[in-house]
Amino acid sequence: MARLELMTEPERKHIEEVKCPTFSTHPWVPGPPLKQRRVAIISTAGLHRRDDRPFTFDPGDYYRVIPGDICARDLVMSHVSTNFDHSGFQQDWNVLFPVDRLKELAEEGIIGSVADFHYSFMGAIDPLQMEHEARALAGVLKKDHVDALLLLPV
Amino acid sequence: MPFELGRPVGIPNDPVFQKRVLSAALKLLEAEAGPILEDFPEEAPVSSGEIITLACPVDFGPRKENLTEIEQLCSDFRHEMVSLRSWYDLTVQKRGRTTVGVSRVGLDGLGDFICSFLKGDVPENPRQDIDLAYTLNLATDDLKAYYFEAVASQPGGESASSDALNDWFYEETVAGKVLYALRDLSKKSSQGLMKVLGNVLIIPAAQIHKRKARAAQQK
Repeated sequence: MARLELMTEPERKHIEEVKCPTFSTHPWVPGPPLKQRRVAIISTAGLHRRDDRPFTFDPGDYYRVIPGDICARDLVMSHVSTNFDHSGFQQDWNVLFPVDRLKELAEEGIIGSVADFHYSFMGAIDPLQMEHEARALAGVLKKDHVDALLLLPV
Repeated sequence: MPFELGRPVGIPNDPVFQKRVLSAALKLLEAEAGPILEDFPEEAPVSSGEIITLACPVDFGPRKENLTEIEQLCSDFRHEMVSLRSWYDLTVQKRGRTTVGVSRVGLDGLGDFICSFLKGDVPENPRQDIDLAYTLNLATDDLKAYYFEAVASQPGGESASSDALNDWFYEETVAGKVLYALRDLSKKSSQGLMKVLGNVLIIPAAQIHKRKARAAQQK
């Protein structure tokens, strides 16, 4: 979470007023050691392949699939918001899509492997609207034997 | 991860720091009980707050009397865009990539595409898969990316903080003036998506807040 004290007053007010859900249970599932886990990235930056349709507010238009072997020059961003920094991504995609770092961690044996597919949502949409697609995606991740996710918000 | 919005892994071009952030986050998965809420203990290395100045300020020449205010603005805008092209090309060559191009307007037509809205025209949508208002939003993103990528090759540009980049782009360039004019126009639109564009999508809220605070100080 970015530091509230570093934001301007309207940004801080907006973040502070975002409703946080409460949960009746707090499930915690133990998993294998990190060095055996298969890791995927889920970003909310509105990332996608250059040839994909850009993100919109259209119902059901919630996420894009990013192949694990994508090149940096083929990954672009179409998040509708201008209220977060884009210059870091322009300089180095790893600042919000750290697939090179994950591959290095896998080579070093710190994680087991990197998933074949990663995913990006556009965070400007109410998460509750996306629940159906999020649950379906969880099923896809299980089929891909992913047991660790990096959720990277912007 | 206590980093600025848009940089969840901390800082670009610092693989060692990025890996420390990721390792710390992934390590939480090995906890025996949860849920866990833990702050990453390091701050991101600070970018330069240096104020960027165009290395070769553009001389737009004398104002042409037969042009309207919008036409003059658009003429200066095209001039400024062209003057940045070699800097942009340098950055693309150095980085091996560009983030410009999602709108599919094309760099050579980007200035005219955006200005056509200011002149009250409705340009052809180069993307058939999305509404024109979305394409316009993507065109403004392409414009910002073009300027940010161009200035990255100038002295101090690559290490400039996002604040310094935004202050330069929105307050010192003609492109910034064009986007403020587009914002004002879009806010008055009767079309819902164009109105949203003007209200919240073209200029960052933080930049508008800074501009208002500066104006209040000057009073």
